[in-house]
Amino acid sequence: MRAAIVPSRQQQPERLRQSGLAERVFRIRESGILVVLVVFVAVTTGVQHRFLDVSNIQFVLVDTASFALLALGETMVVISRNVDLSVGSVVGLSAYLSASLFASHPGLPIPVVFLAGLGIGLACGIANGIMVAAGRVPSLVVTLATLYIIRGIDILVVGGNEVDANQLPNAFLDIPKDTVGGIPDIAIAVAVIIAAGAYYLRTYRSGRDLYAIGSNPDAARLAGLPVGRRVFTAFAVSGAIAGVAGVLWSAQYGTINSTAGTGYELQVVSAVVVGGVAIFGGSGSVTGAAIGALLLTTISSALYVLGISSFWDQAIWGLLLLVAIALDQTLTERLTSALRKRRTRHE
Amino acid sequence: MSKLIRLQPALRWETGLAVVVILIVAIGSVASPDFLTGNNLFSLGLSNGEIAIMTLPMTLIIISGEIDLSVASILGMSSALLGFLWARGWPMPAIFVTLAVVGVLAGAINGLLVTRLRLPSLAVTIGTLALYRGVALILLGPNTVSDFPNAYTNLGVNAVPFTGNDMTYSTLIFIVLAIVFGVVLHATPFGRSIYAMGASAEAAQFSGIRVKRIKTILYMVSGFICALAGVLWTFRLNTAVQNNGLGLELSVVAIVLLAGVSIFGGKGSLIGVVLAVLAFAGIQNALLLTNFNQEATGIVTGALLLASVFLPNAGRLLRRLSHS
Repeated sequence: MRAAIVPSRQQQPERLRQSGLAERVFRIRESGILVVLVVFVAVTTGVQHRFLDVSNIQFVLVDTASFALLALGETMVVISRNVDLSVGSVVGLSAYLSASLFASHPGLPIPVVFLAGLGIGLACGIANGIMVAAGRVPSLVVTLATLYIIRGIDILVVGGNEVDANQLPNAFLDIPKDTVGGIPDIAIAVAVIIAAGAYYLRTYRSGRDLYAIGSNPDAARLAGLPVGRRVFTAFAVSGAIAGVAGVLWSAQYGTINSTAGTGYELQVVSAVVVGGVAIFGGSGSVTGAAIGALLLTTISSALYVLGISSFWDQAIWGLLLLVAIALDQTLTERLTSALRKRRTRHE
Repeated sequence: MSKLIRLQPALRWETGLAVVVILIVAIGSVASPDFLTGNNLFSLGLSNGEIAIMTLPMTLIIISGEIDLSVASILGMSSALLGFLWARGWPMPAIFVTLAVVGVLAGAINGLLVTRLRLPSLAVTIGTLALYRGVALILLGPNTVSDFPNAYTNLGVNAVPFTGNDMTYSTLIFIVLAIVFGVVLHATPFGRSIYAMGASAEAAQFSGIRVKRIKTILYMVSGFICALAGVLWTFRLNTAVQNNGLGLELSVVAIVLLAGVSIFGGKGSLIGVVLAVLAFAGIQNALLLTNFNQEATGIVTGALLLASVFLPNAGRLLRRLSHS
């Protein structure tokens, strides 16, 4: 409190140092999972050299791509102290509708189908956003409801049908397989999108607003931030991304029925939380979430390469998630107490 | 305005739910002559028993201001362990004791992580959702155990004696537990303290309520009940498999929220939850009898869930308008 009253010139260096400390801890947060990732890769490679084969790395990167993309949208929502549980259903609906576009209009250009997927997702995201922002009701409830509703619509549309790979153009099915210099195209594309997302959240006012809203929604509203509009945008973006991820899903798996993407929402939230994004908003980064997605995919792949039954996947994911949030909590508490100590010393 | 005040009890969400239930019964029995038959009520109880039972501890946890997303995974873990131990020749009573202990332990882990490490329950129970389901996967892998003795599997599919073949054992358990939970929640200091900590954990702490202990107990009760639901599920289908009850947690949460229990804690009633269970089961059943694509009934559940958050707000909005 007193710091706000004393002339700010003397305060400046101290404040810089404080934000420097905060920066460092946040960076530790991300480097923490990065270290886990590196150790994991090193140990696995030590046991089984096949793990670092080009084909396996490509496989992991392709698997991570749509997962990390979804984590980007979810991160924006979670940072604003909300959650989007409908992404799995949106992925499913978009995957089926976009794939059936190919089935009904052979020869349709691929970008058009991606745009269609984006549009479907955007519509779902806008519906979520309007209800959460204008209705001022908890997003957990709204998106839990739309999870059911969108999946129900998907089931009604799909019926007992499915689209399979021979109804899809080869160029479309090749998207996950195309590489530039050994790196899968979609991994590069997703990395660029994530970099843009990270830059946006870090630098733009509307991006910073999401953090402010997430750390204290009431204060943000009193400070005059357009809370409703920002939250609405976060949901719209998350929906649009889920729509695009749905199109990627159909390119990757080829066979799409009404169960596509079921249960995906909790995996995406896990990746975000493992990546150091606080579940109650206000802190975390897109890069962290993307690394979280990469780590979870790497673990599945490592177990496979090591010949450990994939039945161990879930349990290890769960444990890792618990460790990640416990660690995050410890770091946050240490940070707060360090800041408090600095402040008292200064006074 | 005075008229509005007198109307207020009628505007309660529970009253609305009761009307919904009556409407479902009316429409259902008009649409299909089978709706109100004992046979149909029996199958209704059969297909919703486990979900119904799991809503009871969930109600208490959500009222206390937390959430438990691991319920369906504890059900799955209990079911898998039942099959795993039975396949290894354990006697049934020993298995039941083990399952009860494992259920309580699973709940205690949730509770301790939430209260002692002060971690957000939403994140913790997503973690244990994966962990407990993972244990089920490790125990059974791709295997299925289905050679349970008839004496037990009959409990899953037969009617309770002297009920005219209308009531399943899971329905009976639900009724008994609903009464117990209702009395505890509404008529004991323990139950009232759950509301207090849901409204404000800090205020409850300062008024001498042992918030952490009570929350841990609630999670342990939830673990126990979900283990029980796992046993019922296994015997009803005569199958122990790793994905039993997969994804059920969201249905359980949806029913509790549909009942008007606030996601932020401190508000809600058990009678509302019982009505919401009836509405949920009734809608599923009515749609089934009218040949609606059964898997798409989520649309109706979701719409009701939205109504449960928007209608009370609409009422508040109307009242505010009439004041001005």
